[in-house]
Amino acid sequence: MIETMRAGLLVAAAGAALALSACGETTQGGPEVIASTVPVFHAEGRPEKLSEWNLLRVADGGLVLNDRVTAYDLNSSLFTDYAHKLRTVWLPAGEAAKYDGEETFDFPVGTVISKTFYYPREGDAVLLADDTTAERLNSGFALADVRLIETRLLVRREAGWEALPYVWNAEQTDAVLKRTGDAQTLTLTSGDGSSSEFTYIVPNANQCAGCHATNATTREVMPIGPKARHLNRDFSYTEGAENQLAEWSRLGLLFGAPEPGEAPRNAVWSDASLSLESRARAYLDINCAHCHNRVGPADTSGLLLEHDAPVGPSLGLCKLPIAAGKGTGGRLFGIVPGKADQSIFTYRMESTDPSIMMPELGRSLSHAEGTQLIAEWIAAMDGSCA
Amino acid sequence: MKKLFAVTALSFALAACSAQESADEMPLGDPGYEEVLMAQLLDAQPGDVITIPEGKFPITRSLSLTVDGVTIRGAGMDKSILSFKGQVSGAEGLLVTASDFTIEGLAIEDTIGDALKISEGNNITIRGVRTEWTDGYKTENGAYGIYPVQTTNVLMEDNVAIGASDAGIYVGQSANVIVRRNRAEWNVAGIEIENTVDADVYENVATNNTGGILVFNMPNLPQLGERTRVFNNRVVDNNTENFGHEGTPVASVPAGSGIVITSNDKVEVFDNEIRNNQTANIIISSVFSTNYSGLSAQPNYDPYPEGIYIYGNTLEGGGDSPDGLDLKTLKTMMFGINGSFPDVLWDGFVNPDKVVNGKLPVDQRICIEDSSVGIINVDGPNEFANPNTEDADHRCTLPKLPAVKLENADA
Repeated sequence: MIETMRAGLLVAAAGAALALSACGETTQGGPEVIASTVPVFHAEGRPEKLSEWNLLRVADGGLVLNDRVTAYDLNSSLFTDYAHKLRTVWLPAGEAAKYDGEETFDFPVGTVISKTFYYPREGDAVLLADDTTAERLNSGFALADVRLIETRLLVRREAGWEALPYVWNAEQTDAVLKRTGDAQTLTLTSGDGSSSEFTYIVPNANQCAGCHATNATTREVMPIGPKARHLNRDFSYTEGAENQLAEWSRLGLLFGAPEPGEAPRNAVWSDASLSLESRARAYLDINCAHCHNRVGPADTSGLLLEHDAPVGPSLGLCKLPIAAGKGTGGRLFGIVPGKADQSIFTYRMESTDPSIMMPELGRSLSHAEGTQLIAEWIAAMDGSCA
Repeated sequence: MKKLFAVTALSFALAACSAQESADEMPLGDPGYEEVLMAQLLDAQPGDVITIPEGKFPITRSLSLTVDGVTIRGAGMDKSILSFKGQVSGAEGLLVTASDFTIEGLAIEDTIGDALKISEGNNITIRGVRTEWTDGYKTENGAYGIYPVQTTNVLMEDNVAIGASDAGIYVGQSANVIVRRNRAEWNVAGIEIENTVDADVYENVATNNTGGILVFNMPNLPQLGERTRVFNNRVVDNNTENFGHEGTPVASVPAGSGIVITSNDKVEVFDNEIRNNQTANIIISSVFSTNYSGLSAQPNYDPYPEGIYIYGNTLEGGGDSPDGLDLKTLKTMMFGINGSFPDVLWDGFVNPDKVVNGKLPVDQRICIEDSSVGIINVDGPNEFANPNTEDADHRCTLPKLPAVKLENADA
């Protein structure tokens, strides 16, 4: 551990001052600089620039992951205004996370998790398209094709996880720490030529905790995605597809994991070959349960949406709202079996009014496909609330 | 089925009912202040005092505080104003998830959702804060004004709450609470104590709300409540139409409700001045009379209001123009066009398992000590078939509840 940190500090001294665009390039008039490609863990402080962590570099106009920075994906992921997400994890050499079948893996001090939010670029607009981050990464991640918005870091320090939001500059050479968050106006255009303007909200550091402090009593910030059920899927690595749990184990990032077939696995919400029930529950799990869990910030509502939450009023079935205010939309129950258009769930998912919409944070647009899924799930339910 | 409170919430948007005018005239201050304040909140350390200067500052994104031991202090509720009229993101104005928190001397105006929400904190003081929707009362206003939930040791004093489409001053799922010297006006619920254990509510003014002071216990929440004392309050003219959102608990409160006790136990109502609330000055009900009826509640939930003790109040007027057709018809039938309901209106639901020889044990009853104060049992269980005004079983007394003790309230 100490050696890792010492190594990191040395690298920091060598690499911190370099902007991403300069990495691996010849600086004007000087000798060729071979920039370090080893990430840097900062045990304290809040580095002003993303490049100071040295997780990513730009080479030949593309985004490249630095040494042992491992990209990953989730079975079902949080909707964030149709942004694409490049997720990475990096652990200090010789360190590994401890597997857990239910909770977030126990990552060692020094771990840096990143999530870069970006869109495919269409002129000045951003494009509505399927997220193909793995393929993009394998084909050079050309920066000219994308608009990078922000990179959020979760850094595991001695005292716990810290959330640091970085916003990319217009030149896409580096991202700058913006703890108070940001609001950017984007035009989202779809393949059929229609487009709409919306305000993309970069959360402030407290809002990061608004989702990542999944236990409202301890308020400890935790990663949400790196859990067995979310990670248990294949990822297209450069060398080919492999199950992420198996690959993390092989790379020494993870210990104690069972064979993937023995580990829990959430559904891919968009995979129509899977059961409606499993897709809907996976969607609610990743989009809602960080607050709507037994100890979460939304336990005040009595609505519990974890992947294993029991079916009944606490899952919304014939459950009357408590403090929803405008959020009821005049509807009487969270879920009216068989009646999506009478259920508060769909009303709040369709809305983009901040005082109505769910989730409360992290989106300015409505996720039509996700709402459709939940509507179908409700429509397929038997029973009534009479 | 007839329901006592089957009131339909209508989306009336009435123009210009605001009681607050002077602050509106204050010109908007520096828009850059938002970023400054947000950074102060992010970087706060325990023990810090964050001062809000005089002025009316536009805020566009939710503010939040997660650090224990912080005080936010303005120059006064009409001098330091955070205006969220242009809010684009966030479900509340200021969200606090921290303990040992004090906020005083400022106003939070026109938030899209709740104005001030405090979740899961201990030792909370909210003093001299105004939350207001300045365009008057309407359904589109945010739900809650001042909204501590799952908190303990809470002092709310000298605040003003105006225009909330749910509750102006609310405490939910909390314990050890004092709510005193506040003013709640033009809200659906003026002051609401919900699923809270040990609350003292005194010296407040609740007027022009749909319901003045509510003491509720709702099912399917992590905490159930009991023991609330409501005393020395002025609860007058709460006759504003219900502009709440259908589906919410308060949307079933009839306009013209003074003090409403729903499914809560051990509630003491004394020495209040309660006047001219046109459905009834005091209403006692079960959730069976609200839109919550017929639902599968958690097993330990008790829907019956029990151990309610009413004495020493000054009651006048009211009950003369109840909200809702069923109650109007009942009133006219029993008391005539120009008559009034008695001061206490009860829906009549009792727990059959507790009845002994046709009566509830005294400690489970609604006790009204003063012989001058009448009660009507509207016979909710039989859809108003046999309402009566028999009061003999209600002429009883109950042990008085202890006062809530709060360190930060001694000053």
